[in-house]
Amino acid sequence: MSPRIVIDPITRIEGHLRIELEVKDGRVTDAYSSGTMVRGLEVILKGRDPRDAWAFCERACGVCTTVHALASVRTVEDALGIQVPPNAELVRNLMFCAQYLQDHVVHFYHLHALDWVDVVSALKADPAQTCAIARSISSWPKSSPAYFAEVQKRLARFVDSGQLGIFANAYWGHPAFKLPPEVNLLATTHYLEALEWQKEIVKVHTVFGGKNPHPNYLVGGAACSINIDEVNAINIERLSLVKSLLDEAKAFVEQVYIPDLLAVAGFYKDWGAVGGGLTNYLSYGDLPMNGYSDPGQFKFPRGVVLDRDLGRVHEVDGRNPQQVQEFVTHSWYEYAGGDQAGIHPWEGETQFNYTGPKPPYEQLNVEGKYSWVKTPRWNGKPMEVGPLARLVVAYAAGRQDVKDVVDGTLKKLGVPVEALFSTLGRTAARGLETLLIAQWAEEIYGRLMTNIKNGDARTFSGEKWMPDTWPKEARGVGLTEAPRGALAHWIVIKDGKIANYQLVVPSTWNASPRDGQGQRSSYESALLGTPVADPEKPLEVLRTIHSFDPCLACAIHLYDPHGRTVGRLTTY
Amino acid sequence: MKEGKKTTVWETARSRGVSRRDFIRDCTIMAAMLGLPATSVGQIVKALETKPRLPVVWFHFQECTCCSESFIRSAHPLLSEIILDKISLDYTQTLQAAAGRQAEDALHQTMDKFKGEYLMLVEGAIPRNDDGVYCCIAGRSALDIVREAAAGAKAVIAWGSCASNGCIQAASPNPTGATPAYKIISGVPVVNVPGCPPIAEVMTGTVVHLLTFDRVPQLDGLRRPMAFYSRRVHDTCYRRPNYDAGLFVQTFDDENARHGFCLYKMGCRGPVTYNACSVTRWNEGVSYPIQSGHPCIGCSEPRFWDNGPFYRHLASVPGFGIETTADTVGAIAAAATAGGIAVHAIATNLRKRRVIRKEIETSDDPGPDAPSPKGDR
Repeated sequence: MSPRIVIDPITRIEGHLRIELEVKDGRVTDAYSSGTMVRGLEVILKGRDPRDAWAFCERACGVCTTVHALASVRTVEDALGIQVPPNAELVRNLMFCAQYLQDHVVHFYHLHALDWVDVVSALKADPAQTCAIARSISSWPKSSPAYFAEVQKRLARFVDSGQLGIFANAYWGHPAFKLPPEVNLLATTHYLEALEWQKEIVKVHTVFGGKNPHPNYLVGGAACSINIDEVNAINIERLSLVKSLLDEAKAFVEQVYIPDLLAVAGFYKDWGAVGGGLTNYLSYGDLPMNGYSDPGQFKFPRGVVLDRDLGRVHEVDGRNPQQVQEFVTHSWYEYAGGDQAGIHPWEGETQFNYTGPKPPYEQLNVEGKYSWVKTPRWNGKPMEVGPLARLVVAYAAGRQDVKDVVDGTLKKLGVPVEALFSTLGRTAARGLETLLIAQWAEEIYGRLMTNIKNGDARTFSGEKWMPDTWPKEARGVGLTEAPRGALAHWIVIKDGKIANYQLVVPSTWNASPRDGQGQRSSYESALLGTPVADPEKPLEVLRTIHSFDPCLACAIHLYDPHGRTVGRLTTY
Repeated sequence: MKEGKKTTVWETARSRGVSRRDFIRDCTIMAAMLGLPATSVGQIVKALETKPRLPVVWFHFQECTCCSESFIRSAHPLLSEIILDKISLDYTQTLQAAAGRQAEDALHQTMDKFKGEYLMLVEGAIPRNDDGVYCCIAGRSALDIVREAAAGAKAVIAWGSCASNGCIQAASPNPTGATPAYKIISGVPVVNVPGCPPIAEVMTGTVVHLLTFDRVPQLDGLRRPMAFYSRRVHDTCYRRPNYDAGLFVQTFDDENARHGFCLYKMGCRGPVTYNACSVTRWNEGVSYPIQSGHPCIGCSEPRFWDNGPFYRHLASVPGFGIETTADTVGAIAAAATAGGIAVHAIATNLRKRRVIRKEIETSDDPGPDAPSPKGDR
């Protein structure tokens, strides 16, 4: 057998991902996904104050910042029986929406677009034609021939400088690029525009959480007090800033992101038949409209769809020890009871067992263990998580707003419903849910204002703040949806301290190595059959991998209990 | 990649239709942003007129990418201006179009062609245990990569607390031997820009400072630029008058919280944290943690994760005054669970002293102990 094709580092993602591929006759015949970095958050959490856990967990990922903090405060609140006031839930929801709006737009333009858009080809475009295309798909006021000509000139000057920076050595001119120069110029222009815009929407986090990335959260509610008669609290000036940021975001998504997404997708309809992968979809659901304890009222419903059967949604229970389990057969860990059995996160074990090659290495031993990512399963089955899974579960649950937007888009693109289950479908689903979230955020903001108007200013529930009010032992689970998919934390609290803490995150589901029975997880499965025109430049592989929006720092968070202290230090 | 003469920032600006007048204005804004006197505008103009774009390579090791995310939030200058007009970002796993071998080739082209000239940016700590197997890129350990790249770098900037002091993965018991960049790199100047993450404009400001003056900014004893880390958050906090008057939040969302009183008793680390948060603030000055009602967790100080539970206030008295330099306080904060109130018991005038002493005596101590700090320090 010829050596596998290795792509390491996979760029335009969060974290350290390595893909090894077998390619035959221009198609991927097998794929191996490996996470190559580990930090050890879970052991670091042990023995700490549960109220501090959100800050540690938030550092699982700075790209999907906030979501781990949200999962963590929910986990602790679940363990201690804390219900947060409605305002706190609404503030958390608004921060959730802001995160998705920023993250998905950045993913589309800055992490994913360069798989579809040939930046160099944009130099050949006629700016007037680009403008005509732009105006035919959107009323975005910035579009003018002069505007696109200006960006093109800037780009030309950049290329002429001979220093191509982030665009150096890429796959420009690859036969898999299909966009005409004018659409390439349109997308490149909005690449720059989106870069400027994304720093605005995160200010919602700054208002409520003081900073972004990594805004502050609080067990029991939200730290930002509301006082409409105080300059030093959340007052109408702060709320108006949030409102205008949400309005701008909605305009950007409706008038730039979605039209661009559909324009680009129109040239790549064949990718509606590539990269489907798994047939099972898991969503924990989120955006509670009547409190976290009432999942029936979540905007994103909770559930599992098996075998792409949209007629049935299976119930998900984070407490059921049979449902979510993690396996380490092909991961660099060992379990006390053997590496074949799965373990529920409350009983989670985390012991390093690196059996890989000593660096520097050329290939991993994929027959054995080959990743720092564990392999989670739901009732023993591999699951895809993420925007597509959320929409599939919501569609199957009969949510009308989701059905309308999905059916409308399929019709607009002229593709069958099966096209959803693909690389293109995944990328489209991300855009469509962003559109929904921009709308839902308005509703959530309206509810917050109504509450405040009615005289409810509470943002924090402090009855169980002090450790002397806690039971001697407590267990909790917190479920949420990160932009990249289903995210859950599990905690065991003993004597006021963290006795065990486990995170099972979206990219653990998607990026994991195969399990003991040889079942592939999402990436490995979706890559099967992906065309590869030039094995030296596997652009098509990046398309499918990026359609999942990988986030590896999240996925790997385990530890070495035998971790030695550092020896002699080189002081400088 | 097309070979050719590198263009200067002024040439680029001119070709984009920027007038000489606007260019000088931009230089003036940049000088103001960097806290430089108006007389240095000429220096900035000259620097941007004559310098080709600086080749820059950005590495990711044990981190969460919050530093990159913060960097792209920069408002002045904008990220697009930085990467298109000011620097040549030749390697970055976050934004680079090329992947795999093509990305590694781009890195090595820059390292070979610009040996001794490129700027190296490090995001993340470097694991030293077990031959560095805890962080590998392209089959090589981070340890290997960092040593090789640093040898040819003009200077190194360590982004965030991870690269500056180890941050979360170096928190007790530091399972992978996570180590900050300056402990591995020698012979090249290292600038630490700590914070989890650092403020966007602090990051870009540090780069523009290097670019403009062609030298490392003045650093404190922890290698942090004085331009951004010479003041305690507490000393520049807009809630400071409440502290001096003895007006404290007693629990979250109480009446005092709704009036924005001092968060010291909620565990605020402002008194022992050197950062620009309360001056520059976050995301174009919108707010900072204290302004939004949450105590500072001290994320730019070494070992802040092990500096006691966050919501237990600082009460011990290491005994340093308000005039103490960042170096001394940094060392104290790093060494142990440092005290904040003490700073003020000494520094605040006598009239207020009595109030504050009373607060120390009556304040409770709710949290359980965190694991004791250990690791590589």
